[in-house]
Amino acid sequence: MIIDAKTAKIPAGPIEHKWTEHKAHMKLVNPANKRKYTVIVVGTGLAGGAAAASLGELGYNVLNFCFQDSPRRAHSIAAQGGINAAKNYQNDGDSVYRLFYDTIKGGDFRAREANVHRLAEVSVNIIDQCAAQGVPFGREYGGTLANRSFGGAQVSRTFYARGQTGQQLLLGAYQALERQVAAGTVKMFARHEMLDVVLIDGRARGVVVRNLETGAIQSFIGDAVVLATGGYGNVFYLSTNAKGSNATAIWRAYKKGAFFANPCYTQIHPTCIPKSGDYQSKLTLMSESLRNDGRVWVPKKKGDTRPPHQIPEDERDYYLERVYPSFGNLAPRDVSSRQAKYRCDEGLGVGPGGLGVYLDFADAIKRLGKKVISERYGNLFEMYERITGEDPYTVPMRIYPAVHYTMGGLWVDYNLMSNVPGLFVGGEANFSDHGANRLGASALMQGLGDGYFVLPLTVGDYIASGGIAKADTNHAAFKDAERAAREKLDRLLSTNGTRTVDSFWKELGTIMWDECGMARNKESLERALTKIPALREEYWRNVKVLGSGAELNPELEKANRVGDFFELAELLCWDALQRNESCGGHFRTEYQTPDGEAQRNDSEYAYVAAWGYKGDEQAPELNKEPLVYENIQLATRSYK
Amino acid sequence: MSANGHGNGNMRLTLDVWRQKNAQDPGRFVRYQVDANEHMSFLEMLDVLNQDLIAKGEEPVAFDNDCREGICGMCGFLINGSPHGPVHGGTVCQLHMRHFKDGDALTLEPWRAKAFPVIKDLVVNRSALDRIIQAGGFISTRTGSAPEANSILVPKPAADRAMEAAACIGCGACVAACPNAAAALFTGAKITHLGSLPQGEPERVERAIGMVQQNTIEGFGHCTLMGECEAVCPAHVPLEVIPQMNKDYFRAMLRKRDPKATAGGA
Repeated sequence: MIIDAKTAKIPAGPIEHKWTEHKAHMKLVNPANKRKYTVIVVGTGLAGGAAAASLGELGYNVLNFCFQDSPRRAHSIAAQGGINAAKNYQNDGDSVYRLFYDTIKGGDFRAREANVHRLAEVSVNIIDQCAAQGVPFGREYGGTLANRSFGGAQVSRTFYARGQTGQQLLLGAYQALERQVAAGTVKMFARHEMLDVVLIDGRARGVVVRNLETGAIQSFIGDAVVLATGGYGNVFYLSTNAKGSNATAIWRAYKKGAFFANPCYTQIHPTCIPKSGDYQSKLTLMSESLRNDGRVWVPKKKGDTRPPHQIPEDERDYYLERVYPSFGNLAPRDVSSRQAKYRCDEGLGVGPGGLGVYLDFADAIKRLGKKVISERYGNLFEMYERITGEDPYTVPMRIYPAVHYTMGGLWVDYNLMSNVPGLFVGGEANFSDHGANRLGASALMQGLGDGYFVLPLTVGDYIASGGIAKADTNHAAFKDAERAAREKLDRLLSTNGTRTVDSFWKELGTIMWDECGMARNKESLERALTKIPALREEYWRNVKVLGSGAELNPELEKANRVGDFFELAELLCWDALQRNESCGGHFRTEYQTPDGEAQRNDSEYAYVAAWGYKGDEQAPELNKEPLVYENIQLATRSYK
Repeated sequence: MSANGHGNGNMRLTLDVWRQKNAQDPGRFVRYQVDANEHMSFLEMLDVLNQDLIAKGEEPVAFDNDCREGICGMCGFLINGSPHGPVHGGTVCQLHMRHFKDGDALTLEPWRAKAFPVIKDLVVNRSALDRIIQAGGFISTRTGSAPEANSILVPKPAADRAMEAAACIGCGACVAACPNAAAALFTGAKITHLGSLPQGEPERVERAIGMVQQNTIEGFGHCTLMGECEAVCPAHVPLEVIPQMNKDYFRAMLRKRDPKATAGGA
């Protein structure tokens, strides 16, 4: 099926007025009636936490769930570098239009114009909101807010709180949320994991969750359900995501009919600490902000084993500065990662296994002094030293790309509602704003934009539109979902095979990284699509999960999530296989320019691929939403 | 070269791990041997132990963790009595095995505090900290009602001080280190963070009273300024947030007793 602008609910009119006009015509719920409506929010990160707090503040009865022990743990907390906003405080020519344009271009012209423009519009409100909440943003001596620059932009529009911006923004949302918990409008369910979404009469009406402490499986009913459960980067096993980050909520929603859009758009972040051994459990990101002052290089000579300080200047290749003279070390993530891969493929990589490049601060320290560098990046340098045992003030950092973010996610319309009425999706869990590649400091912007300024309004509009029938959790749809969830867990516990969950997860991750990672092609994807089903079949036959379902059982939680990763991995490869072009984070080796850049095919692939579930044994259905650009001319993306 | 022949960064450790099936189980230490190497993080060493245990048909050790980057605050337990282990200034997920050597014997146990009941093995319930935040650890700002961000200037030293206190990750190590099991560093950090900013001023009185009194309700002890909390804090929250909390609290109580003092301002 073709998803047109009407189905995507994209308002008519000029792009600068779409959101204002749309808001002006939304239906409203009477303030006194709001408490009679229940909104279920799953996830407590920037999108979920901000939405739950704001909906509670509006007066709705909010039920908020997270699998961690406290809403403050959500993985938004780990974002380091900053948050973009079109404030133009630096007088460097920034504007809402420019942020909009940079985001569309950064996404390699694969995002929906109207959503991105709205994001750029609300970006300024986000900063106001967070400053008012007491987020301790970096400041100038005069007391105004400070900015830094970030990859993919030539203006300085990124707001930051040291190297802990995500933490501080999340704590702002968390505090707003706890305020509503105290006020009684939000009921918080920590250590509860969503196992299914429940539909009645075709509308999303509730969730089935597992209380992770007691193992109890319970149902909750509401008038609307908001999923803000993050991305699926852990399908690669090794990623910068938290260990618990998982796709179960969005995957089970997909299996209940929600479209899954662009799963193949995965972001490989260029500045992560390289892997050190087989026991490695996750990869650690070093903020992209480091590229403001750090210079990326490799030795010019293959197999140069001299320590970095012994390699003279003219024997170093500062390849980002060479290949992209105008953006230099601030080239966007997908581009920088690919260049690092090329250098390592050429045998110029440094460190164990040749899988690394240098990120060198020697020049910056010489120019600005150690004190300034330490003020800017002190906590990141400390983290690097803690992990590697090397001091980045004296030895260049070694970095290598790693899976970091997933631009794909559940398909949503302009109101952030999926094709299932009443099922809203916010933050990284949806597909909407970043196209095929996300720019740095834009994830925090999108999470908070969705959570504070879009969902509280669009959820209200949906509820006020009526037609939601009375029902309760004794409805057969809830009982069926509870039974299915329980059966799945029981199966994992009773298989009693010979391999641990981790051994399967690592093997799946290796397949994904090797065959569908930084570079993919038809052959590698076809290989993956043979290997994954075979491994999945073994998983359900041979996995070993101990303990019971009636207690805290972290292995069982993990086994349940990994089961869903197998299925998602397959869809991801399908999507990558059908997209016969390269764009952003999706790089098909068959489609590249002579100098190794991504080669898009706008005439055939300028669409969102929204996959519909048709049954476990059936191929998924491909629905296409054509991307119509009315305000931006499609161009070859160049950072040279 | 170490005692049993490992010399390439490999090590064999003896772990006495607290195993407790649930809140009702009295719990006990169980001894395990584990092979590790110096490049692993402490939690990766426990992953290795757990994989071995599963292979042997024994239940793995439950421990909370999530980001493994030292920022989410989910991980944490005592290693030989020290919260997050012997190297201070970081979380246990950021503790690397190069700080240990072959033959080391380590005791692992959960945070010990009345306000943090054990759920299982090394996992405790820290929801008391969320309730302290609910008691006033916020600035009331309606979504959408905020003024233009630069209309309220914040001097850089005040912003820096706020940030230093706001760095708290809510892991609970301060409580675990405290001989009185007080949550003073945690509470003081939030009071100092919000109180350092002009935006936090209007609710300063109610915040101090609410948050401090919630500490008592939750069963945390009283602070006697031993400073153990600051020493183990993975986020480097300074001890001075505690006198700041006390100052705010005393001032708030005096104002509350004498309404004229509030009206008169300071």
